Formats: sequence, C-alpha cells, structure tokens
Amino acid sequence: MRKGLLVLVVMLAILMPVKASAGDTIKIGAVVSVTGPASFLGEPERNTLVMLQDQINDSGGILGKKLEIIIYDDETEVNKAVLAADRLIRRDRVQAGIGGTTSGNTLAIISNFTRAEIPLVSMAAAERIVDPVNPWIFKTPQSDRHAVTRILDHAKDQGYKRIAIITVSDGFGQAGREVLRELVPEMGLTMVSDEIYGPRDTDMTSQLTRIRNQNPDAIICWGTNPGPAVIARNRQQLRLDIPLYMSHGVASRRFIELAGNASEGLLLPLGRLSVAEQIPDDHPQKQLLLDYIADYESRFNTPVSSFGGYAWDAMMLIKEAIEMGESAEPQDIRDNLEKIQGFVGTGGIFNMSPEDHNGLDETSFVMARIVDQDWEIVSE
Amino acid sequence: MDLGSILQYLVSGLTVGSTYGLTALGFTIIFNATRVINFAQGEFVMLGGMLAVFFAGALNLGVFPAVLLAVSCTTLVGVCMERLTIRPVQGANVVNIIIITIGVSIFIRGVVMLFLGKDTFSLPPFFGTEALEFFGAMIIPQSIWILLITMLVLVGLRTYFNKTIFGKAMLACSFEQKAAHLVGISVDRMIMLSFAISALVGSIGGVILTPITLTSYDVGIMLGLKGFAACILGGLGNPFGAAAGGLIIGVLESFGAGFISSAYKDAFAFIILLVILFVKPSGIFGRADIERV
Repeated sequence: MRKGLLVLVVMLAILMPVKASAGDTIKIGAVVSVTGPASFLGEPERNTLVMLQDQINDSGGILGKKLEIIIYDDETEVNKAVLAADRLIRRDRVQAGIGGTTSGNTLAIISNFTRAEIPLVSMAAAERIVDPVNPWIFKTPQSDRHAVTRILDHAKDQGYKRIAIITVSDGFGQAGREVLRELVPEMGLTMVSDEIYGPRDTDMTSQLTRIRNQNPDAIICWGTNPGPAVIARNRQQLRLDIPLYMSHGVASRRFIELAGNASEGLLLPLGRLSVAEQIPDDHPQKQLLLDYIADYESRFNTPVSSFGGYAWDAMMLIKEAIEMGESAEPQDIRDNLEKIQGFVGTGGIFNMSPEDHNGLDETSFVMARIVDQDWEIVSE
Repeated sequence: MDLGSILQYLVSGLTVGSTYGLTALGFTIIFNATRVINFAQGEFVMLGGMLAVFFAGALNLGVFPAVLLAVSCTTLVGVCMERLTIRPVQGANVVNIIIITIGVSIFIRGVVMLFLGKDTFSLPPFFGTEALEFFGAMIIPQSIWILLITMLVLVGLRTYFNKTIFGKAMLACSFEQKAAHLVGISVDRMIMLSFAISALVGSIGGVILTPITLTSYDVGIMLGLKGFAACILGGLGNPFGAAAGGLIIGVLESFGAGFISSAYKDAFAFIILLVILFVKPSGIFGRADIERV
C-alpha cells in the first residue's frame, strides 16, 4: 500500500511540472531524422531549429513567452517517428508540430496530429502530404510538381520535344516519376524512354544505353545522391551529348564534388538559398537568405544546405501564425497558418490558403547550370 | 539490338560483378576455415573504399599510397576482428558466431559513420578518365583495372592454396579441423589468417570499385548481400565458383536492365538464383557431398 502511494507521488511529481509550465512557454515539438539514412536532411534541420530557438528567445520570445522546441530523433525509422509524435502530443503537450524529415515519416505521423487536433508543418516534399488537403497538415518544401514544371518550361524553350526520364526506385524518385509521366504529355512533349535504377546501384550504363537507342532530345534524372552522380559519370563515359536535367534532389555541393567534371553543363532547378549570392539585390528573399547563411555557418562551422531552410520556414511560419492570432492554441495556430500571405521564407514566398497548404509555386525555383564546378543561374 | 549495346551491357556487368565476386571470395575463405558465414564481409569492402578516400583526402596522400594503406589497415581490422570477437568464443555454436559477425558489421559501420561521416565520397581513378571505344561500347580504364585485378587476385589465391604450405594447411583445416590439429597445424593461426585474407580480398574489391561507383559508410550492406548470393550461386565453399557467381550475377543484372526492364534489375539475379537453387541446390560449381556429419 505504501509502495503504491509512493509510486503515485512520484508519478504526480513527474506530471506536475509539465502542467505548471504550460502557461508561460510555447512548446513546439519536432520529429527529425537526425541520424540514419536521411541524416543529411535531418542534421541541418535540427541545427536550424536549435539556432532559431536561441535567436527567438534572445529577442524576447513569441508574444513575450519563452519558446521551447522539443526535438526527437526518429533515426529515419517510421516506427520511431510515430512513437516520437505520440510522445510529443501526449507527454510534452506541444501546441504545434514540425516534421517529419522524410515523406514516409510524415505520412506516418499525420494521423496522430490530426486526431489530436494539433497543426503539423512537415519538412518533407511529397505532394501527398498536402494533396488532398488535410486541415491540420502543412509543408514547407516545394513540391516535385514545381520543379518538374520549371524543368519542362526550360526544355520547351530550348525546342526539345523527345524526353527520356531515369528515376530512382525509392519514394523520392517514384513521386517524381508520377509527376513527370503526367506533365510531360500535358506540356506537349513526348516521353520516349522511362528507365528506373535502384538507390544503391553503382552502374547505370545499361539504362543510359537504352536511352541512347531511343535518341531523345533531353534526359531528366530524378534521384538523390549518389545515384545521379553515377549517372552523370556514366553519361560522360558513354560520351552522350544529350542534355541532362537533374532534380532539386541533388541541389548540394556534394553532388558537384561526387560527379566531378562530369557535372559540367548539367541543368537543375535550385531553391534560391543555394544561389543567394547571385539573385538580384532587390529580390525580397536576398537579405533573409544571406543572414540565415551567415548565422548558420558561423554557429555550426559547416556549409548551409537548403534542407535546413525547410526547418527555418516551418518554425517561422508557426511563429507568424501565433503572432497573427496572438494565440498559441493549436486551433488558432492552424487557422492562422492557413491565412498567411506573402510570407518571405528561405524556400520562397508563401501564400497559404484553405486549398493550398504548401503556399509555394514554381517561381520558388530558379534554373541553374553547373559551370566550373559551381551553379550559374540561367533563368530567374 | 546492336553489338555496341550488347558489349556495353557485358562490360558494365563484368565490372560490377567483379566486386560481387571479390566479396563472395571473402565469404568463401572464412567459411572454408571456420564453417561460419562472416556477415561483416561487406564491411571489409566498405572499409577498403572509405579508408582509401580518407587517406587520399585527409592525409593528402596520392591514390596509390592511400590504396595500399587502406588495404593494409582493413587486413589488420580483419585480424583484430578474429582476435577480439571470434577467438574468445571458440567452440561456440556456428549460429552464435554468425550473430557475432553481424554485430561486428554493425559496429564497424557505426564507427566509420561517426568518424568519416555519412556522406558519399569519390576517389580519383587510378589511370585515366577518358573512355576507350571498343566496337561501339565505351569502356573506362578503371573497368579494365577492375577485371585485371580480380583475375590477379584469383590466380594469386589459387597459387596460395595449391602451392604454399600455409595455403595447404588452411585447406586441411577446412576439411577436418581435428585432424589438422593432430598433424601439427595451428588451427587458431589458420583461422586468423583466413580472416586476414578475406579482409584483404574484400578491401581490394572496395578500393578498385570506389573510383567508379563512389562509396559511403553503408555500401557494405548491399554488397554483402549480393556477394552472399554470388557465393550460394557458385556453390558455398568453392572460391572459384564464388568469383564466377559474382560475375554471373553482375552480367545478368546488366542484361536484365538493358533488354527487359531496369525496374526489375535486382529481381533478375535473385530469380535466377532461386531457379538454380531449385534445380541444383549445391550451386552451379558446388559439389553435392559437402554435407558433413
């Protein structure tokens, strides 16, 4: 009996501070893949959130309240993401959520946040996250559709008609493939070849040889490192002079390093964060991007990546929504997130609406060409 | 289908198949000495590539010293693995030791991830980047290197096992450990040697493939799996069957991707593997009498 009482007291002691502190802090919960296969995305995201928490609190918090971002690492595992989401909702009682890092993990935790009626801003790109629109779910990265539109617009301007695609067989590649298969005919182009490779494949000359036999005007490759670097190298090896478009999935310096001089002349859509130096001075994102890059690089001593920007956008959109409604109640945050207009973020300018929970369009990308191992904007 | 395309598929299949083969060889050598499947074999391949990248980049060595250093370090890792994890549990159930090798592979992967990072890395090719044209197929010099070195390793191993006293002693251990012990062969030392040799062979595979295929801390998983499949295909316990099995899987994948559909590339190899195991359970080059009592 006494033991039972003791347990009760201990349990109360654990639960009490959570309730007591709910009033003077704003709690945001994040599910981030800091380790595991998606760590290249999750690590800059975590860093950005840690940095933002300090910056916001140093300048007086949100509505005068202290901001607390609780970050759980899901190790890029779906199960751990669901557990982390559950913990954020039930134990930490967060007012809004950020995450997950990958599309798969986001889709897995959507139902938890929806059921708890807490808004979630995802840092993953898949269109399915916001289409069909779920009232509680938002996302910050541009959709594949925007990148594909940007690429096909450019290809059309060049007079290319016959398009070959080569996509990776993981979630990112297959989502891209679906959009490509839909938009290529829609924009009046012909798809002459549709090749697939595995995420860990080390040689794609077979696929490229097949593509060469179809004689396309341009090739579009959809994947994340290292596959596209191998494809760029194989293309050079086969001496294919067909123009090669890459996706925004390889918008990192690492890709240029990996592909070496095989990356010369490749075209890809880029978020403005990657080419902040080159965008015109009067562009509304310019100053914000330069500040974010300077802050991030001086604090973490590693180069910034566009992935950290997704976290920046997610946190700052939530902050904006709280300040708009002067309330940190989950319901109010949700309602106001949907009303945000003209919000300048790292990914682009967000115009949310009840029908669009992403708020970006294809102008959030620029087309760039890789010249002398660096990006050069070819169309704003 | 023109000759150029067919040759292209063949060359890329042989190139990738060589690493499967070298990984499979490593499995076989340890299996022969200990009856254990060493699931850390893929990690030896990864270590070879990652360490070569590290030595070439961080220590600013040329490609050749870096490669030599990487191969020697990996061999040392193989020896340490045997000393620290396999020998202390000597006499344990084979299944237990296999679980230990899985543990070692996770450990090696974790250490490499922590110290060398989670990125993908590349290594400059040994000689020349310009592709050579051969009947309409494009061959990069590194592919020729890979095939040559694989052949050399095979010939070297054959000579070692057939002509040297150490090689014969190792073979003796694989046939009957107790009898080998009775005639004065140090079984412990032979087992250690088998780990050293398979780490050596694996890391050679890793360093020669890295300039073409890039490397990262987790490439060992897939290579280990394909190498294991090659081993089974060629007949478990037969080194030359293992190497041939690797080449066959590589070529099948490449032709499958080229002629039928790249979407099912990985499936072809495993379908063929299943068919062969149904028809000839001991593998193409395996003897049916390896059952031991």
